[in-house]
Amino acid sequence: MMKNFNYRITLAIALAAALAATGCVHRPYGVTPIPHRPTEVADQNPYGTMIQQEPPVQPGPGVGTQPLPEPPAPAGDVLDHTALAAYSIHFSFDSAVIRDSEKAKLQQVAAALNADPTMNLMIEGNCDERGTEEYNRSLGERRAEAAREALVGMGIDSNRIHTISYGKDKPVDTGHDESAWSQNRRDDFAVMHPKPGA
Amino acid sequence: MKTIFQTAWPLRDNLFVHHPRERTKIPPGTTCSGFQITRIRGFCVLLSLLCSCLVASAQDQGALIINPTVGVLGLTPPIPISIEGFSGEALSVLEFDLYVQGFSIVPSDQAQYHIRGSDEGNVVGRLSLSSRELFSRSYTGQTIRREAHAFADDVVQAVTGKRGIGQTKIAFKAEEPGGSGEVYVADFDGHNAQAVTADGSIVAAPAWVPGRFALLYTSYKLGNPDIFYSDLSTGQRRVFAAYGGLNTSAAVSPDGRRVAMVLSRSGDPNIWVCNIDGSGLRQLTHTHADDSCPCWSPDGRWICYATKIHSRRRLAKISADGGEPEALSTSGTPDPTEPDWSPDGKWIAFCSQSGDYFNICVMRADGSGEAVVLVSGEHPSWSPNSRTLVYNDLIHYRPVLSVLDVFTKQHKNAHNVTGEDSEAAWEK
Repeated sequence: MMKNFNYRITLAIALAAALAATGCVHRPYGVTPIPHRPTEVADQNPYGTMIQQEPPVQPGPGVGTQPLPEPPAPAGDVLDHTALAAYSIHFSFDSAVIRDSEKAKLQQVAAALNADPTMNLMIEGNCDERGTEEYNRSLGERRAEAAREALVGMGIDSNRIHTISYGKDKPVDTGHDESAWSQNRRDDFAVMHPKPGA
Repeated sequence: MKTIFQTAWPLRDNLFVHHPRERTKIPPGTTCSGFQITRIRGFCVLLSLLCSCLVASAQDQGALIINPTVGVLGLTPPIPISIEGFSGEALSVLEFDLYVQGFSIVPSDQAQYHIRGSDEGNVVGRLSLSSRELFSRSYTGQTIRREAHAFADDVVQAVTGKRGIGQTKIAFKAEEPGGSGEVYVADFDGHNAQAVTADGSIVAAPAWVPGRFALLYTSYKLGNPDIFYSDLSTGQRRVFAAYGGLNTSAAVSPDGRRVAMVLSRSGDPNIWVCNIDGSGLRQLTHTHADDSCPCWSPDGRWICYATKIHSRRRLAKISADGGEPEALSTSGTPDPTEPDWSPDGKWIAFCSQSGDYFNICVMRADGSGEAVVLVSGEHPSWSPNSRTLVYNDLIHYRPVLSVLDVFTKQHKNAHNVTGEDSEAAWEK
């Protein structure tokens, strides 16, 4: 009987461990889909550079670059980076977790959004220069989305919040030490005002 | 078949843990093909030279083809070859091409193979093994560089039995300070680079479309990271994926019919798949982590990618038709990202963090054995020969395109456009 009891306990522990270990493949909670893009995304300038493909061991004729004839279409909304510049939040290395110390700044951002229902928010996620490029582009996006989830949790409509990742492309400090890197691991908040007449 | 559940205890992942200092005695009577397990370098060199001498002396006619042994990563001795009669660009092309395909350029008296020829007007070259001439050819109608690449390819073909990579192409990004950059296509050594874009915006992750002369790449031209499709023959391009959020890291299946990419439209950066015409979009991974860098197995059945499991960076693979992801073991090489699967299916190259930098590592795609650390660098991409990688080294935090042979570990910087060239993809 003792043997049966031990067997059941072991089985129960194994099942509990199995459930705990498979937790990471659950459908994530607290995640809100990104709203559809409001701006028209058709490329105004479809012609790029023609590259002459050279077949093996045959001469290739010279190729000229065809520059794009017009500047690209501007985005629909105007982005203001100054209004919420003081509330940029920072992250630990390789992490997209919002630290407790940063939550007060998020509350300020939520308060600004509540005060002006016409404005929307763009969260720009960034990384320090360490880390590979594509990995950092995803990590920056995850950082922006973490802030978005937190703001949605504070009652902000998810359709008002857009995200963009710049990976490690836009450091605020180009130094190569932890004091620079800690400044670069950040989300910046930009206010999106609707275009006049829109 | 491993599942995420089974790899919750990472120490048990790798059933073939090799201590890096392990020495294995060579049993008597072992032939060349059987000594992959050894790490005694001097014995490697001696045995391989002995074998190649025995084979060479047994030949009586025709070109000698030695298929290299499957290769010990990073420790395979290079094939010694001498070059005479060339100068300038032809010489630098021959030296570069042969070096990154596993040859060492040595004086004639130390060489096993000999190249002689000239490059006045056009490239003329012949290859000999000891005193026996294997072939003699004249290359015309090209630039000297292209003729020299063609000659190098013929040398590689004659010696190894495999096609050379001298006439293949890479796509990459070249960045300016401030983050913007353009996508370029160039010879695999970085020469003859031509800009594909002229937008002055941030670009990333160029990827070839197999079977077409076309690229997918990420650009912020429209104010958001979107994936564009560029037909390089006509110069036409169109938006390929511009969903809300992040659209990046496109990777096309080897049959050219499907595209894996990272989209964050669901609220997290996850791996999605669609057809090359954009139809049939389906979400593959559903983690609350930052998935990145998808790449395809050569049979098109699997997608390998970087993810986080229990907040630690891991590589994983998932069936291209969907299902449960499996964590891959890269024991001994922590924090892996940016995988790329070799065209012959045998290897996965990736990078592993070491302090503030990364190392290029290669593991067996079947998960056996230990991953091998090769050189410092990021973003490896396999050439069609499944032994040469293009990657970027980091010099004073600035990326420099380089080319590496994974068996001999010989590597050289490629010709760079802006001095901040990175994210190269090798046309397969």
